[in-house]
Amino acid sequence: MSVIDHGRRLIRVETAHTATLVPVRSVLVCLGLVVVIIGAGLFAMTIGAYEIGFDAVIRAIVDPASDPDVRQVVTEWRLPRVLFAVLCGAALALAGGIFQSLTRNPLGSPDIIGFGVGAQFGVTLTMLVLGLNTYLFKAAGALVGGLLTALLVALLANRHTMSSFRLIIVGIGVSAGLGSLTSWILISVSVEQAMMAATWGAGSLASLGFDQLLPAATAFVVFALLARPLRRSLPVLEMGDDAAMALGVRPGRTRLIAMVVGVALVALVTAAAGPISFIALAAPQIAQRLTRSNTPMGLAPVMLTGAALVIVSDAVAQLLAVPVGVVTLSVGGIYLTCLLAAQFVRRT
Amino acid sequence: MPGGAGRADVSPHRTGTLAVGLLVATVVLIAAAVASLAIGNRAIDPLTVVRALAAYDDANPLHLMVMELRVPRTLLGILVGAALAVCGGLIQAFTRNPLADPGILGVNAGASFAVTFAVGVLGLTTPGTYVPFALAGAFILTVIVYALGSVGASGATPMKLTLAGVALGAACTGFTTAIVLRDEGTLQVMRFWSVGSIGGRTLDQLTWAAPLIVAGLVIGLLCARSLNALTLGDELAQALGVRVRSTRVWVVVAVTLLAGTAVAAAGPIAFVGLMIPHVVRWFTGPDQRWVLTYSMVLGPAFLLLADVLGRIVLPSGELRVGIVTALLGAPILIMLVRRKRVSGL
Repeated sequence: MSVIDHGRRLIRVETAHTATLVPVRSVLVCLGLVVVIIGAGLFAMTIGAYEIGFDAVIRAIVDPASDPDVRQVVTEWRLPRVLFAVLCGAALALAGGIFQSLTRNPLGSPDIIGFGVGAQFGVTLTMLVLGLNTYLFKAAGALVGGLLTALLVALLANRHTMSSFRLIIVGIGVSAGLGSLTSWILISVSVEQAMMAATWGAGSLASLGFDQLLPAATAFVVFALLARPLRRSLPVLEMGDDAAMALGVRPGRTRLIAMVVGVALVALVTAAAGPISFIALAAPQIAQRLTRSNTPMGLAPVMLTGAALVIVSDAVAQLLAVPVGVVTLSVGGIYLTCLLAAQFVRRT
Repeated sequence: MPGGAGRADVSPHRTGTLAVGLLVATVVLIAAAVASLAIGNRAIDPLTVVRALAAYDDANPLHLMVMELRVPRTLLGILVGAALAVCGGLIQAFTRNPLADPGILGVNAGASFAVTFAVGVLGLTTPGTYVPFALAGAFILTVIVYALGSVGASGATPMKLTLAGVALGAACTGFTTAIVLRDEGTLQVMRFWSVGSIGGRTLDQLTWAAPLIVAGLVIGLLCARSLNALTLGDELAQALGVRVRSTRVWVVVAVTLLAGTAVAAAGPIAFVGLMIPHVVRWFTGPDQRWVLTYSMVLGPAFLLLADVLGRIVLPSGELRVGIVTALLGAPILIMLVRRKRVSGL
């Protein structure tokens, strides 16, 4: 029915209240990513000290009458980890998309406002200086450190107007200062203690269970719903404040909501798993290239890309017995490299 | 900003002001160098310092201290400071990104990975034995980044290089962390190496670094005029007689020499390369010839002052210069950015 040439194939989706156009390519990419996520998730559940085959994993999940031992291992120990991987990936990717769209910079990530460095400093301080080394204290340390840093950066940068450039510089400054304080603590303690902090700093999904999953998932759903309107308003804001205002988007308000939601999503992941690096940076870029979209901001494709990246990385991490953050960095880095190389060749 | 007009503004009056400013900056650098020779755990009065330099007496413990400890440290500070600041200026002009950092082409990540590999996999633990690895790692990764960035017909554009640097740098950092987390011995070496320091080197350990850094500085300064033209855009620069591609290659060579040597000699030192050229542009405007010259003088001055501060600020022991530059630089940068606008290119 559409007579407008959108330049790509679109499907019209109509519900009782709304109607929207969805590019066919995005739908296909999302379906592909879901397949990857499910496949990698099932594979990840076969890995571990207790050998379980692929078919046994599937049977344990769908059939309540299967071997109770296997069922316990799969659903109580390994399933939460897989679900956490999906959750962390989606949350980080969404946060990354928000910040990259907000700063109009493909390298913009929540780290520009110092959250990651602040969280690392908070945890290092809690673990090594205050000597509190339980999960709850570490999560609290990360959360308080990260949020205070983000607040500090926002306050220092907010003078008359919130300019993205000033935000980035203040973020770099505060991050550099806090990062060096962390290094200072790390070189003044014993090597065993430094190792503990370094391991946390690499981010890990091990030892996470349903107890942590439920609050994290609830928080994630709330923030994802808050992020829904940003799907439309942020790409408009990318065109500049004046154009956005003419189109009915309030720049200041949108920016504030975007920052709060972005930071909250990262805070969620950091508190649960520690800093899982690179997903926020890479996932929106990869999703943008897969869907040939013109903005890094998006909901389903971006979140699914992030989830797929983390779940594949976590499976590899389990095979190699290293923290997942190490793999996200290596795998994400290599993948982004290949993607760039392909793009550079194509766009001759 | 007023500097926007500065590019065309070549009035003798302005050149005179900048020349006087450069003289003042040089005096600051000399003062910083003297302070670096005189101040420390054991204060040595400047007269003794001069005597140690002029008429060295190896029976005198103070002379020994000056020549064996403070002179190498000060020289290394000057070399590394100049290298980092000029490198930062070059990379910022080259990528047309006023916030670019010398590490952006993956130099630090490459060096860190090579050192980690040498320590964690090959088992070298004596300080100094892994310096060649740092150098090789920095150089090799930059070459790979450049190769990746120049894939395709448009050649090595700054945007492609930046993305390539970030992607490869991240992959390298991932491998580094994987090796470091495997055993405590590696972490023990790396946690100290990753905080840059200019102390504890002998003069012999500097001889290899000096020619590399000087070569990098010369190449960098020779590129300044072409870089000025490049800010007008590739086509206009070409019309003005600048060979765009060869300029890019030379800038990358200079950046690699400077940042690679600096990180191999002193470890990663944050902030000097980012901040000095940025602050310098606030009063020189965007003319790269002035930006780079000022950076070459003020970079070492800042690094030496940070190092001196690090020696005296703690009641016992000293704070490594990599920590001081960040702790000192961060508030300065934030203060400046709250007062003024970003000094564009």
